[in-house]
Amino acid sequence: MSLLKKVMSGLVLFVSMIMGSLWAAEPEYSTLNLRPGVTDNSQLVYDLHMEVVVIMFAVAALVFAAILFAVIRFRKSKNPNPAKFSHSTTLEIIWTVVPMLILIYLTKPAISLLLDMEDTSKADMTVQVTGIQWKWKYKYLDSDIEFISSLSTPAEQYNDYERNAAEKGENYLLEVDNEVVLPIGKKIRFLITADDVIHSWWVPDFAVKMDAIPGFVNETWAKINEPGIYRGVCAELCGRLHGFMPIVVRAVPQAEYDQWVEKKLAEKAEAERLAAEAAARSWSMEDLMAQGKEVYEAKCAVCHQSNGEGLGTFPALKGSKVATVDSADDHARLVILGLNAMPKFGEELSDADLAAVVTYERNAWGNDTGDTVQPGRIAELKAGK
Amino acid sequence: MAHDHHPTGLSRWLFTTNHKDIGTMYLWFSFIMFLIGGLMALGIRLELFQPGLQFWDPNFFNTLTTMHGLIMVFGAVMPAFVGLANWLIPMQIGAPDMALPRMNNWSFWILPFAFGLLLSSLFMEGGAPNFGWTFYAPLSTKFGPPSTDFFIFGVHLMGISSIMGAINVIVTVFNMRAPGMTLMKMPMFVWTWVITAFLLIMVMPVLAGAVTMMLTDRHFGTSFFDAAGGGDPVMFQHIFWFFGHPEVYIMILPAFGIASHIIPAFSRKPLFGYSSMVYATASIAFLSFIVWAHHMFTVGMPVAGELYFMIATMIIAVPTGVKIFNWVATMWRGSLTFETPMLFALAFVVLFTLGGVSGVMLAMTPVDKQYHDTYFVVAHFHYVLFPGAIFGTIAAVYYWLPKWTGNMYSEFWGKIHFWFSIIAVNLTFFPMHFSGLAGMQRRVPDYNMMFEGFNQMSSIGAFMLGFGQIIFLGVLIHCIKGGKGKATDKVWEGAEGLEFTHLPSPAPYHSFEQSPEVK
Ligand code: HEC
Ligand SMILES: [Cu+2]
Repeated sequence: MSLLKKVMSGLVLFVSMIMGSLWAAEPEYSTLNLRPGVTDNSQLVYDLHMEVVVIMFAVAALVFAAILFAVIRFRKSKNPNPAKFSHSTTLEIIWTVVPMLILIYLTKPAISLLLDMEDTSKADMTVQVTGIQWKWKYKYLDSDIEFISSLSTPAEQYNDYERNAAEKGENYLLEVDNEVVLPIGKKIRFLITADDVIHSWWVPDFAVKMDAIPGFVNETWAKINEPGIYRGVCAELCGRLHGFMPIVVRAVPQAEYDQWVEKKLAEKAEAERLAAEAAARSWSMEDLMAQGKEVYEAKCAVCHQSNGEGLGTFPALKGSKVATVDSADDHARLVILGLNAMPKFGEELSDADLAAVVTYERNAWGNDTGDTVQPGRIAELKAGK
Repeated sequence: MAHDHHPTGLSRWLFTTNHKDIGTMYLWFSFIMFLIGGLMALGIRLELFQPGLQFWDPNFFNTLTTMHGLIMVFGAVMPAFVGLANWLIPMQIGAPDMALPRMNNWSFWILPFAFGLLLSSLFMEGGAPNFGWTFYAPLSTKFGPPSTDFFIFGVHLMGISSIMGAINVIVTVFNMRAPGMTLMKMPMFVWTWVITAFLLIMVMPVLAGAVTMMLTDRHFGTSFFDAAGGGDPVMFQHIFWFFGHPEVYIMILPAFGIASHIIPAFSRKPLFGYSSMVYATASIAFLSFIVWAHHMFTVGMPVAGELYFMIATMIIAVPTGVKIFNWVATMWRGSLTFETPMLFALAFVVLFTLGGVSGVMLAMTPVDKQYHDTYFVVAHFHYVLFPGAIFGTIAAVYYWLPKWTGNMYSEFWGKIHFWFSIIAVNLTFFPMHFSGLAGMQRRVPDYNMMFEGFNQMSSIGAFMLGFGQIIFLGVLIHCIKGGKGKATDKVWEGAEGLEFTHLPSPAPYHSFEQSPEVK
């Protein structure tokens, strides 16, 4: 029996080690376990998770202990004459009813938590989140702010095909150019949708994961308790760069948030002024090409590739009919309005940027059409002229 | 045997209507698919060994995950079970062959064409399907590569093959049982397979419907799954999972049956609670139809729907628990030995239980919102599929191989295969629980450094696991070529069932020419 005892205590040790490591894991930034997060509900979700872990591991440990006992005690060398029994109604009733009771016990807190998580009423403010292949658009419905947020990790850090990737920063693949800034202590409703395929907006610290579905609007909410930076990712497979569309939320006190809103609005007015200026003047070929290259690399190269040769279902622009044979107007219209899997850029890019990128595509990579497109023409096309 | 002659060479296999030949072809086909799907998994693990993109373009990475899933589900697991059904059901119910032998031939020979279509897409312009084995719209409809149409026809063919296989099982079992074998005397493998066959007949047409709607959305101007035309992408998910959840049980019920043969045999004691096993299997099958949307807790369902699907899903734990407890009770006070089939069956029970534990966790809607679409889910379903469906199949092969070939396999190498596999399977899939909980989402080719340690463990485990299956291949070939000498007719001391008590080893080409009497 002493062997049996040793094995049993070994098993207990093993299970308690697993559990111990779950408990001991640094709660803020665990690489082992869920995070308790920074909302009341994320804490409740975490508590429920730990409760299920403990109960279910206890049940599993019982089963494993019984198997281990049988394996040691009832091996042929120890028990040459097997028993003959083949059922026991009492036992069978016990192990039908006891699991049911455990499940009922677990379901109860889950129901009330779920009802609260789904109650988006009485929100203090609303942010609309739109998933677009492979970036997020945020629109603050109460303060007329709108911006696009995309991965800011430079490609040199992840392109390691030649084994020469640059050193990776701490927030590798979890950093963006424009953070979502939100006030703490406010019930924030998120309206979540998508432009193209299904994405899923997931911020683990809020216990919020909601699918972004093209043509439909989903609602969810969070009330953040602590200021800080919270990182999340797109959780639903959405195409080639699904792993490259993170989310970063910066939660700040209300006063700081108000300042941020003001700053954003001022920036927006300034950008509009510059855009109007740019649109009003006439651009030279060099300027258009220089600006166009920048826009192209930032917005188009993920699909059409820097060399314009396309990739898989993303067509080449080098030598393509639209970029060489069709008129510049048709080309620009396609970029403004989008087509099937090609996103529309009419809202995201200024008239000058659109003019520049279309010019660039018509003259780069040997597409030497010699065409230039001016911002003024883009404005006319947008107006349907 | 008087009319034991049959064509030889290629035409034997092309034109055969014999359940054993067809079973053999199914099993080898599934093994080949298992290796191809496994290579793709290694491609995935290679890229994930460290942060950064070292090997594949992210689009090809998506192709790898998609094809790995499709091939393992439809090419490896399902045909393996049909192969086992072909070999075993006639022998276990005392029949000479399957009831519909020509259809049997056809349902096998469709498969190479189905997978030829699917695999050929790898070489097409625009690449192979890259939208996940769940092929959610609109990623697979409006945004799918041109080869998606080959995928659609491939799935249609696989579905036809499965439905024909299922019809064959049902007709055989209901018409060809030996006199005296009442339904409640049927071996558990037969029971679990009949129930599986009903699941197949009910859900494969649903899958066919889903891919047909995809086809018309792609080419004939319909908008089933496109909001712009009045459709709904979420409807795709409802339809897919109405197929997909029963499919999960299609991939596990026969393994339940297998464990219910092996554990009693090596415990030298009858199966504990035979009738509750039958009822538990039937209730699992029934419940599998009414829980599908637990795969969709983040699509924004009405809260009443979420509550219903949570509670219905939790109920499945009850009959599943009954099965596990019954297996343990079967061993209790038995006289146990640990030959390779028993080792795999025990690993099946233990690791399937772990998969069940994470299953209950995933069923709880509020917490699932954190788990959903992370590596935690990947860990969960690999625990039920690899140590579940695949260990179950491997256990069955070791258990019945001496009956099939007449030779004993090498116990030594069988055990090496076992220990290699069990260490590797846990090394591969256990760390995924942690990386998932810590926030790593599924289906990404790259990740932050905080997930590196767990991913390295998984990758090392995966390569070990792949290597372990080469050992299996060696053991199989060695056994077929003569192995460790002749097997006895009973093969195992504790073996029960007509195939062991009434047939010689190897079993004759036509199983029972005269029905045995079952008392
Ligand atoms: C999300 C991926 C994606 C991005 C980003 C993208 N495109 Fe496209 N683009 C496509 C796809 C897909 C098509 C093919 C559409 C079709 O024909 O159905 C396309 C087609 C085009 C075409 C027509 C090509 C032809 O010959 O048919 C042009 C021109 C074009 N895109 C320009 C741009 C410009 C300019 C940008 C950046 C401002 C851009 N695209 C960004 C995916 C993208
Ligand atoms: Cu996405």
